[in-house]
Amino acid sequence: MKTIPFNQLQETLYHQTMDNGLDVYVLPKKGFNKTYATFTTKYGSVDNHFVPLNGSENIQVPDGIAHFLEHKLFEKEDRDVFQDFSKQGASSNAFTSFTRTAYLFSTTQNVMQNLETLVNFVQDPYFSDKSVEKEKGIIGQEIEMYNDNSDWRAYFGVIENMFHHHPVKIDIAGTVESIAKITKESLYTCYETFYHPSNMVLFVVGAVEPNEIMSFVEKNQAAKSYKDQPPVERFFDEEPKKVAEKKRVLPMSVQVAKCLVGFKEPNPGRQGEELLKHELSINLALDLMFGQSSENYETLYNEGLIDQSFSYDFTEEEKFGFSILGSNTSSPDELADRLYNMIQSFKNKAVDEEQLERIRKKKIGSFLRALNSPEFIANQFTRYRFNQMDLFEVVPVLEALTAKDVEKAVKEHFAEECFTVCQVVPKA
Amino acid sequence: MAIIPHEKTSCGGLTLHRIQTDKYKTTTVVMQFKAKLTKDTVTERALLPYVLQSGTAQYGSSKAVRTELEKLYGATLGVDLAKKGDFHIMTFRMDFANEKFLSEDDPLFKKALTLLADVVMNPKTGYAGFDPSIVEKEKRTMKQRIESIYDDKMRYSNMRLTQEMFPDEPFGLHVFGESEQVDKVTSQSLYDYYKKICSEDEIDLYFVGNLEGIEVESIVKELFPFEERSSRESETTVKASLEVEEKEVQETQEIKQGKLHMGFRSGVGYADDEYYALQVFNGMFGGFSHSKLFRNVREKESLAYYAASRYESHKGLIIVMSGIEAKNYSKTVEIIKEQLTAMRNGDFNEEEMKQTKTMIRNQLLETVDDAKGMVELLYHGVVSRKLRSIEEWLDGVEAVTTEDILAVADKVKLDTVYFLKGEEA
Repeated sequence: MKTIPFNQLQETLYHQTMDNGLDVYVLPKKGFNKTYATFTTKYGSVDNHFVPLNGSENIQVPDGIAHFLEHKLFEKEDRDVFQDFSKQGASSNAFTSFTRTAYLFSTTQNVMQNLETLVNFVQDPYFSDKSVEKEKGIIGQEIEMYNDNSDWRAYFGVIENMFHHHPVKIDIAGTVESIAKITKESLYTCYETFYHPSNMVLFVVGAVEPNEIMSFVEKNQAAKSYKDQPPVERFFDEEPKKVAEKKRVLPMSVQVAKCLVGFKEPNPGRQGEELLKHELSINLALDLMFGQSSENYETLYNEGLIDQSFSYDFTEEEKFGFSILGSNTSSPDELADRLYNMIQSFKNKAVDEEQLERIRKKKIGSFLRALNSPEFIANQFTRYRFNQMDLFEVVPVLEALTAKDVEKAVKEHFAEECFTVCQVVPKA
Repeated sequence: MAIIPHEKTSCGGLTLHRIQTDKYKTTTVVMQFKAKLTKDTVTERALLPYVLQSGTAQYGSSKAVRTELEKLYGATLGVDLAKKGDFHIMTFRMDFANEKFLSEDDPLFKKALTLLADVVMNPKTGYAGFDPSIVEKEKRTMKQRIESIYDDKMRYSNMRLTQEMFPDEPFGLHVFGESEQVDKVTSQSLYDYYKKICSEDEIDLYFVGNLEGIEVESIVKELFPFEERSSRESETTVKASLEVEEKEVQETQEIKQGKLHMGFRSGVGYADDEYYALQVFNGMFGGFSHSKLFRNVREKESLAYYAASRYESHKGLIIVMSGIEAKNYSKTVEIIKEQLTAMRNGDFNEEEMKQTKTMIRNQLLETVDDAKGMVELLYHGVVSRKLRSIEEWLDGVEAVTTEDILAVADKVKLDTVYFLKGEEA
């Protein structure tokens, strides 16, 4: 077991890689009642084209299958795992993102027993024809719920606009039609391919003792007969730099219009510190341009073009990235133009050192605040880890970023051909 | 040691609450203003905090206030409105880093509090009341905020259900205020209202974090010199009457998934002895994934992705929510009613009860891990006039018997079934 102290933050992280390749991390949190654990596979909605385990040719699986698998893993031949957790005083859940599927619990008692349930249920699938059919009705309603959600539709609409081929443009849950094609057999194929321990990370944070966790996991894993498995081969079609659609308008049952604009990252492929630096640079730039202390925010707010729903974010994974910003608005077209122009004019100016210092401080403070949350630590650490980044490097990298770094990242990211707009407007 | 190390003192016109803990890397400050929810004041009250945070005598614009916050290592400042029982609560929240974790040792406590005091105590004023340009801007944003409730169908359905359940009572009002009243507010009328709440509202100020070595009380006295006010100890919430006729309301919009919201009255509130039994009842009925609603509506019949119930702690309500296809409306309502009947008939076992108590215990202890959650729990005690320690709460839940649950189940009465459905159906 490796001990990694972070003195300034007064945190210590413990790490061990098991013989079968499973990475386990433990972060004890003093004074907390709760323990939060996530067991995550590097497998999400975008991984729909790959060579299955022991297969020779690549296959394409139905849209929404990673998310469907997440639902079905909770159901066993004789019971529902949700119930096991709740009998042991834990609440459990799971989520599927573009690139990850995470299973989790939080509890204030029986930590080791719940941890055993978590690890064992994820590593012991049981899919049957009957239960697969039953789930289609439930997930169908989940899909409809999102279809009626105007914020989600606007957000997803921008992403759909950006990409020609990349499966990030496909809704994580799939569609009612695509999930109809899912079978017990296709679930097993995905499971065998992506749920090998070497493709997974276990993170435990809270009221725990690291030695106890590590030796438990070690024994638990040693008792299971995993064979070494090569890294999964995934396929993605060549994706052009420019966006697929410049604009999309979605009439919906709303009273207030929404306008989101996005920039597709033209050069994805970064990992590790390079990615961390790029991601932080663009996010700093967004704060400089549109934070609540910026002139742009003040102008847009004073003119009634945005309200408190205004938000912005940049995120990048191994094969794709994007920034998205926007708001509820009275004039969706004007807002799109103004945002675009404000970004272009920022690109042509040098970054103001004093403002940069202030935003840097703000980011450091927000990071400290985020460390109050066990959920943030486990989920973000895992996301960073899958991209070869280290969550605890955020503060040092922030401290080292220069105005030049930010300017360079901005010039690269906010390109005209990468810009797109999605609006939700009231149905006539 | 107590699970929540809570110290309470009277400090001029407000009550000061200190929760000393070293588990966080930041300090959280929550300031609650409490007054009765009324039709006459709901709109001004809903507007006021947004105006206050948009400019102070010293920092004359929202931009200037936000710049100061950023300088304090990204201190956050947020305002919020809530309905708790018969009260309209206005909240200011601030959260700032503990300098112990920063590479420089700049004491942030006093500076952050000074800025909060500036926002609350020293607003930017014009020739008549508040700065009129700020008031006009915030009025515009407010109208948009009210309009956008319609756009979130779950929220909209909740608002509509509450309106239908309490057509002639203040509890039926939405905390965001009334759209048609917004234009009547002027910078002077709003300022007069502000002066009134400063001298009359019941104010509670919470600090959660590592406060060692900080003279919290003297800093608060200096920065928030509210005058003493008469006690409001006797003001409590009148629970929703159980004399009610069952009714059904349907509405149509262009949406795909129907939103079914059912409102029940329980007659049990936070201050009552039966409150623990109500919590256990709700947990077994629809509060968790092992509850009757989740198991029957979702797992057994595949009718919905979500099917849950939650209780309102002060007015004595239980709300059931589920997203379903319109064609399954009658079937789902039937199943939900059957679950209530099952609860009334004692159709549950010892294990379900034990499981539910364990989950409630877990939920309470987890809430205490979050600074805001801790304040929320403590504030229930202020609103209901019954301060309960977590220990007492945990013991109370543990002691609930089958008879207690049956007694609560027997009281629970369906009031309104609200259904928002798609046009095609």
